[in-house]
Amino acid sequence: MPTVSLQVNGKSVSREVEGRTLLVQLLRDHLGLTGTHVGCDTSQCGACVVHVDGRSVKSCTMLAVQAEGAEVTTIEGLAAADGTLHPMQAAFREHHGLQCGFCTPGMVMSAVDLAQTHGQLDETTVREGLEGNICRCTGYHNIVKAVLAGAEAMRAGVPKAAE
Amino acid sequence: MYAFEYHRPTTLAEAAQLASGNEDAKILAGGQTLIPTLKQRLAQPSDVVDLGGIAELRGICEDGDTLVIGATTPHAEVAASAVVRRLIPALAKLAEGIGDAQVRNRGTLGGSICNNDPSADYPAALVGLGATVRTTTRKIAAEDFFTGMFETALEPNEIVTAVSFPRPGKAAYVKFPNPASRYATVGVFVAETGGGVRVAVTGAAPSVYRWTEAEQALSGGLNPAALDGLTVDPDGLNADIHASAEYRASLVKVMAKRAVAASA
Repeated sequence: MPTVSLQVNGKSVSREVEGRTLLVQLLRDHLGLTGTHVGCDTSQCGACVVHVDGRSVKSCTMLAVQAEGAEVTTIEGLAAADGTLHPMQAAFREHHGLQCGFCTPGMVMSAVDLAQTHGQLDETTVREGLEGNICRCTGYHNIVKAVLAGAEAMRAGVPKAAE
Repeated sequence: MYAFEYHRPTTLAEAAQLASGNEDAKILAGGQTLIPTLKQRLAQPSDVVDLGGIAELRGICEDGDTLVIGATTPHAEVAASAVVRRLIPALAKLAEGIGDAQVRNRGTLGGSICNNDPSADYPAALVGLGATVRTTTRKIAAEDFFTGMFETALEPNEIVTAVSFPRPGKAAYVKFPNPASRYATVGVFVAETGGGVRVAVTGAAPSVYRWTEAEQALSGGLNPAALDGLTVDPDGLNADIHASAEYRASLVKVMAKRAVAASA
C-alpha cells in the first residue's frame, strides 16, 4: 500500500493507505478529524470541503495519495490554539449562519477561501461563491450575512488571542 | 471504488511508460470527473497514473502572440491569471464559470478536454479559438482532437501536455448553464481569428462543433443581427431531462447572438 505524508492542521502526518482511499476518509477514519463531513458523496454538497495548500477542495473528490506533500487545513485547524474562534467561525455564530450545522464546516472552509481570494465581498459574490455548498435547511440568508461579516472581520485583521 | 494500483510518476517519460501497453490504466489529472466516476463504480481501472507530481505540466506562459497553458493547470489559475486576462479575457471568463469554486481549484484544462464531455466549456474555447493540443508525441488541431461523445484523437499511451491558444481579436463565450450542475446546456464561443470568424458550440450535440452558417453570416462583422435569418436544425442534437433537442436548437442561436453581442 502507498504511504502518504502531509501536513494536517500544522502537524506532520504519515499513513499507509490504499490507493482508492479518499482524502475525507484519511481525515475522518485514520486521523479522527470528524469535523469534515460526508454529505452527498457525489461531489455536489460541499460538506467535506477542506483547504489543500490554501485552496478549498472537496475532500470526497480527491484521493488521499494526491495530497502527498500538501498542507491540509480542516475545520479543526481554524481556531487559535487557545480556542479563540477564527473570525469566520465567530461570524457564523454571531449571525446564526447555521441551522442543523451539518453543512457548516464546509461552508466555513469555503467562506474563508472566498474571503482570502476576493478580499472585499458583496452579496452576489458570496452567493455565487457558495454554489458548491448545499444547505439542506435552505437557510442561506444568515449564512450570506455571516460570510460578509466574517470576510470583513478577516480584512480588518481581528487580532488573534495572545499565546 | 474498486481497488487499483496507484502511481505517481515525476517525469512525463515515466508517466507515458506507465500508461503505454496497459489499456486498463487511467490517467488522473484533477480528478473532478474521474474520481466521482470511480466512486460510482462506473470504471474499473487496473492502474491509476497521477500526473500531479509532474511540475512541467502546470503553468501559463506567453509565447509571442500565443498563450500556452499546461495540461494540469487548474481552472481557478486560468481564471485568475493576469496573462490570460490580458491576452484572451474570454478564456479567463470561461474558466471562471466552470463548475463551482472547489471544482475550479482542482479541475484541469487537460482533464476537461481529454474527457470531452459534450457539455464541457473548454472544448468550445479550443475549437472557437483554433487552438492546438500538444501531446507527448505530436500537435493536434483542436477540431481534429474532439472526435465524438467522450472521445478524442488521443492514442492510449499519449498524454496531453499543454494547449496553445492563438490570440484572437474580439472573442466571447456565453452559456446557458444547467441550474444545478453549471454544465453548459448550450454554450457558444465566438472569436475573430486570423482564419476569420469562428463559432464553436458545446452542449448541443454529442461533441463540440463549428456552426459554419453563423461564421459565414458574421464574416462581414460581429453584428448579432447578422444571425437573425438563421435557423438551427434540431435533428441530431442532444435531448435529455434538462432540455429537448428543439430547445437546444433555439438556445444555440440565442447564445450565439449573446456571444456576438458580448464580443463586440
